[in-house]
Amino acid sequence: MSEVHIEFRSGAYRDSVSLLEVSRAVAQTPGVEDAIIAMGTPLNVDLMRELGFVLDNPSPNDLIIAIRASDQATIATALSALAAEFVSMDDRAKAAGGGGEVAPPRSVGRSHGSNLALISVPGSGAFAEAMDAIESGQSVMIFSDNVAVWQEIALKDRAAEEDLLVMGPDCGTAVIGGVGLGFANIVRPGPVGIIAASGTGAQHVIALLDLAGVGISHCIGVGGRDLSREVMARSTMGAFDALAEDEQTEVIVLISKPSAPEVAKLVRERAKAIAKPVVFALLGEGSPDLTNATEEILRTIGVTQPIWRSWGDEGPMRAAGKYLRGLYSGGTICDEAMVIAAKELGTIYSNIPLRQEWDLDPFVPSKEHTFIDFGDDAMTVGRAHPMIDPTLRIERLRREIADPDCGVIILDVVLGHGADSDPATALAPAIKEAISKRKIPVIISLIGSSGDPQGLERQAKLLIEAGAYVTVSNAAAVRTALSLVRTGGAS
Amino acid sequence: MSKFHGLLQNDNLKVTTAGVPLLADSLANQQVPLTRIDWRPAVPGSQTSLDRVMADGRRSEANSIALARMLAAGAQLVDVRQAKDALGLDSRTFLHAGPPITWERASGPMRGALLGGAIFEGIADNPEGAEKILSSGGVAWEPCHHRDAVGPMAGVVTPSMWMFELLDPSTGNRSWCSLNEGLGKVLRYGAYSDEVIDRLRWMTKVLGPLLKIAVERRSASAAGPVDIHAILAQMIQMGDEGHNRNRAGTLMLIRDLLPEMIESGAATSDLATATRFIGGNDHFFLNLVMPACKLQTMAARDIPGSSVVTVMARNGTDFGIQVSGTGRTWYTGPAQTPVGLFLGSYSEADANPDIGDSAITETAGVGGFSMAAAPAIVRFIGGTVPDALAATRRMYEITVGENVNFGIPVLEFRGAPTGIDVTRVIRTGILPQINTGMAGRLAGVGQVGAGLVNPPMECFEGAIAGLAEAAPQVG
Repeated sequence: MSEVHIEFRSGAYRDSVSLLEVSRAVAQTPGVEDAIIAMGTPLNVDLMRELGFVLDNPSPNDLIIAIRASDQATIATALSALAAEFVSMDDRAKAAGGGGEVAPPRSVGRSHGSNLALISVPGSGAFAEAMDAIESGQSVMIFSDNVAVWQEIALKDRAAEEDLLVMGPDCGTAVIGGVGLGFANIVRPGPVGIIAASGTGAQHVIALLDLAGVGISHCIGVGGRDLSREVMARSTMGAFDALAEDEQTEVIVLISKPSAPEVAKLVRERAKAIAKPVVFALLGEGSPDLTNATEEILRTIGVTQPIWRSWGDEGPMRAAGKYLRGLYSGGTICDEAMVIAAKELGTIYSNIPLRQEWDLDPFVPSKEHTFIDFGDDAMTVGRAHPMIDPTLRIERLRREIADPDCGVIILDVVLGHGADSDPATALAPAIKEAISKRKIPVIISLIGSSGDPQGLERQAKLLIEAGAYVTVSNAAAVRTALSLVRTGGAS
Repeated sequence: MSKFHGLLQNDNLKVTTAGVPLLADSLANQQVPLTRIDWRPAVPGSQTSLDRVMADGRRSEANSIALARMLAAGAQLVDVRQAKDALGLDSRTFLHAGPPITWERASGPMRGALLGGAIFEGIADNPEGAEKILSSGGVAWEPCHHRDAVGPMAGVVTPSMWMFELLDPSTGNRSWCSLNEGLGKVLRYGAYSDEVIDRLRWMTKVLGPLLKIAVERRSASAAGPVDIHAILAQMIQMGDEGHNRNRAGTLMLIRDLLPEMIESGAATSDLATATRFIGGNDHFFLNLVMPACKLQTMAARDIPGSSVVTVMARNGTDFGIQVSGTGRTWYTGPAQTPVGLFLGSYSEADANPDIGDSAITETAGVGGFSMAAAPAIVRFIGGTVPDALAATRRMYEITVGENVNFGIPVLEFRGAPTGIDVTRVIRTGILPQINTGMAGRLAGVGQVGAGLVNPPMECFEGAIAGLAEAAPQVG
């Protein structure tokens, strides 16, 4: 005995040709004996009645589904085939081309089929775009900075409801399944999964791991404020969940500035519940530097620590004045450098000062020991990031050269996706000037992996040819600079 | 599914980029499937309000509900009645198109239609007398929308006029619209000469009662009431867009009503005149599309948090919109002058700013929004068929969803772009595309052309501010 399914869907008009296609697809389901999906016009109703379907007062405007099949299970299968056919028809409609060029979408939510939105619009516009991404089912990386804290919280709460990830705001670096997003180094696949509240901090660790032959699974950026008291590790907690279940990840590393005690407690408790080792690379006074943290990761996975590379000759360098000047494009490595330097030098003026009383406007001349972070929010309003556009930093470098107090200059050069295609060549003339005019030592921490498009070796070579001293460890670079300041001094 | 919907799984990444091209280029170099957004900053001055509305946790679901209700709404032609009965208009109350307007601020065609209405109702004998009465408060008028009615162009409805009455079975809502007078010198375009008044009298005496009998007979028959929604769905597939082109819809209406009219027992001469009148006016069905669209958008109103537009209407001076989340508040701006083709020797200088409730069609996703369904319409701006497709595709950028009931053949039956989202208009700067007729600037002239027009951005700036005020406070 066959089973019969008859259904009227009123107001669901479809043209007859489309419905013939649907009928054919449904009729092909094994076990289906008859299937007619058609509008209830007299002609169609007669046809259905001839096939023995009993119809109760159909209207020509009803979409009628009439199926006869061997059993109920087959009817269920046929109905899902029908639903699938309507969906595929609608998908085809969405993808319809022809009739002139199709303009690109104007908002993130109108991009169909993506699972991640990379948003780098000016900060004021980032919130609306990111919310749209989340509402359309996409995780988000917000490269933009200058996004309000309440907006960050709203985005992260909404994303959590949808089981989506928010990286950022002000997330400069991420690596998802080997794909570098924002400023990211080319990495080999490997066992280290990174959660980073700091883009350049993550880049530094990734680069050093690469030089030790170790790859990474993912690097999930969470934004510099994620571990703040306000944001309460909203993204970090989700990232822990994701890396905990990710098969490729064997060890999880959290890179961040020290967080508020209640946030730190939350994070440590979450970490304890994971069956994988978790290494905390916390930056700041009293914490190990990024190079030390990387060495701890290597110990955790049982890889021998290499000797960190350097290029150039330390020997002839002498400080040309009393003070150290740091001009950084990466905020976290600038911070790391200041922490190391302050321990020996005391006061360090900066636009991202370690202590409030050391605050210095980045647009006025340097004062004693000064470090400037050119990637800071306040310096990128209406301007590209210094890793992309080195103009501002080179200008400042020339002013330091002209300052008789400037004794040693320390710079970072960050390679990888998204960064300047040849930073060494851009910096070389100013470095040469420093040497030729005042014999100021220029020490560079070169953050890059062996596979980066700019060529790590080539960049190092260009920099030492210009007269710089280059090392892959920022901490080592600072220590070299400190030894010069210590032994040199004003003449 | 693993965490974050499998985001971390191998080779699963598909990225959308908005912003710095360099970052997108870097993904392209890594062979990542990529969609680049053509992003622009939001409309100046609206960012703060926009962010508050985007943060409103009710918005997304409220808009989904609005869309679902719009898609579920139907429209049956259930009656034809005089406005005094259908809408309870007393002898000294008229209705008009668009947001509220005073005599002082009323445009030429609006004044002309009100004058004609007063003469037609016997309130005055001549235009001079009518003007005296109208300018001194002798007649009250209010927007059609305030009574869930809609009127094309000036949209003037007087108590004696016959109205189509439509019912949405999904909500029980009703909407009304007057009978279409044809093209050229007609009241809705502000003409009030004897020929106009005579036609209105014939419509009242002959056409209205005849249609009423036909509609009643049809409703009582086995077939039930004429399903205007179904005709609308079919006409979209027959080259009509339901605003400036209603040819197939008009013919289908005649198909449904003619047998009933013939069997009504009416005089053959009246029947012939009536059918000739309907058949000779390709826009006859517009006055049924409009209330059908009104029912669709009415179904979506009053949903807290929803940023979906439920009314777009013009009175010839102001363009006004209403939004689901802010109830019946009008957000207005100056009506723009359409761009298009002119009849005879008329030119842009003769054209009045945008007028009429007919933009309810675009509010419901047809008209200019479904322009791809009616490529012939692009001739109004001397455009090309790809322009028509581009116009419809552009409207998907500012709408919350698609109406599969209104499938556009040339777009593989993609559903009409439906539910204008104020946030998307503000974010993209894309304004709704409206197809429209053009009235003469001076009272009494009538139609001078047809073309395309947009609402002023001020309407949406006002609406986003209103939605922001109504949103829960955060940040």
